[in-house]
Amino acid sequence: MGTAPFVVLMNGGRRTARTEEMKMTQYLMAVHGPAEPGEFGSYGSREEMEESFAETGAFNDRLKADGYWLFAGGLKEVSTATVVDGQGETPVVTDGPYLETKEALGGFWVIDVPDLDVALKLAAEASKACRGKVEVRPFDGLA
Amino acid sequence: MQQDTTAVERVFREEYGRLIAALVRRFGDIDIAEEAAGEALVIALEKWPVEGTPANPGGWLTVTAGNRAIDRIRREKLRDTKHEAAHMIYDDTPHEPTGVIEDDRLRLLFTCCHPALAPEARVALTLRLLGGLTVPEIAQAFLVQEATMGQRITRAKKKIAAANVPYRVPEPADLPERLGGVLTVLFLVFNEGYLATGDAEPIRAELTGEAIRLARILHTLLPDEPEATGLLALMVLTEARRRSRLAGGQLVTLDEQDRGGWDRALIAEGHDLVRECLAINRPGRYQILAAINAVHTSAPTAADTDWSQVVALYDQLTRLDPSPIVALNRAVAIAELDGPDVALALVDRLPLEGYHAWHVTRADLYRRLGRSADARAEYDAAIAATQNVAERAYLTRKRNELV
Repeated sequence: MGTAPFVVLMNGGRRTARTEEMKMTQYLMAVHGPAEPGEFGSYGSREEMEESFAETGAFNDRLKADGYWLFAGGLKEVSTATVVDGQGETPVVTDGPYLETKEALGGFWVIDVPDLDVALKLAAEASKACRGKVEVRPFDGLA
Repeated sequence: MQQDTTAVERVFREEYGRLIAALVRRFGDIDIAEEAAGEALVIALEKWPVEGTPANPGGWLTVTAGNRAIDRIRREKLRDTKHEAAHMIYDDTPHEPTGVIEDDRLRLLFTCCHPALAPEARVALTLRLLGGLTVPEIAQAFLVQEATMGQRITRAKKKIAAANVPYRVPEPADLPERLGGVLTVLFLVFNEGYLATGDAEPIRAELTGEAIRLARILHTLLPDEPEATGLLALMVLTEARRRSRLAGGQLVTLDEQDRGGWDRALIAEGHDLVRECLAINRPGRYQILAAINAVHTSAPTAADTDWSQVVALYDQLTRLDPSPIVALNRAVAIAELDGPDVALALVDRLPLEGYHAWHVTRADLYRRLGRSADARAEYDAAIAATQNVAERAYLTRKRNELV
């Protein structure tokens, strides 16, 4: 059966998918750490904590310079959380986190990038800087 | 008429990967691409047997499927805005210069084998979208329920869309690592076909054939990547021996195979490919495995095998991959060169208890050393550790032949 020749082999032409040019995707990069941090948060020592802060700051600067930054922040420890259930007639307020777990969300970034490959590269840098695993999850749209 | 239908389906299967890949590039959506391809097949099944097969069936399918997809997008207003749809309909995106040669199928292959997808989903998606295998066929090949396989594929496609997994060949800097992932998927498909894990068909030619077809495409598109060439060479040289590998429902090992039944054309092709990739001088795992197979297939009889070359190649492989499995294969060659006692000492040290090839090797070495009781125990352990019917039949025979 006759088939089209491999014309694409010539000159290595690369067509960028239309969607790539038009669409940016927003991802949450979430960092999970111990729910009960020690003296230096989730870090082993003051030096380690300071180094990580400096590297994370530099990473944040690069995100801003590259136009990927939307929002980021670190959270106070889990014990400071309060759960509110406003579904009933009067809101019910409860002390503590919604889920009792050993590990909890410690901080996050919200980034705006072309695709998952870019997000995964940034997540690798973020993970190195903040000394923790980073979960990358796409937003189903931002308000 | 039945024959005409089969002919249309064969062309469709052959063109499927190219068709889906072109549609995904154009419409940026795997579901739209698959549906449009399916509609084009229905039209082809109606028209071709009556009007004759078009001169360029692939082109015909692409145009027809593209029109169906546009109709559907217009009808259902699937896209967010009319503006965006208009862009896709008149897609004349300029070519961007880049150092990496690519083809729509190559992009799709990298998407299907993306590290963010579960490994079993990568294999399934590759067979579905590039191989054109149906979900029931893939489920059967990997011995899982059709519904399970369907969910696996659906979930992966959903993640590709939602997480925006790019449809692109990676940047040159990332290519070696990402190519490794693609080669792993193709090798998995091939191995599943060559030594099926299930208790049904011992060799699944449709899987080895599909893996070779995809590896050929990869080699054509990335001729300067020696590992892609090496993998194709390895597959071709293994496939060349397929017919001799089974006799009367039993596995026939390399030393007992009828070498007259080997496929000479495939062996010649494999040897050329091995020379081609080794000339690039960037050795890798698949190239070395292919070279080992080239040594075996160069020997007119098992006794003519150049075992010193085989051992030297395994030494090289050990430097790249110091795993116990490589050490086990090296020991098999050492047995030929230095004797079974030397090999047994090497094999005993490996932490491979329960791995069927480890027990097979020990059984064979004990047998050659005349230690029948030890050999019998190892054959029993090997039989217990494999599901493959032809291998079980072979091992049972060897065990029963012990004196």
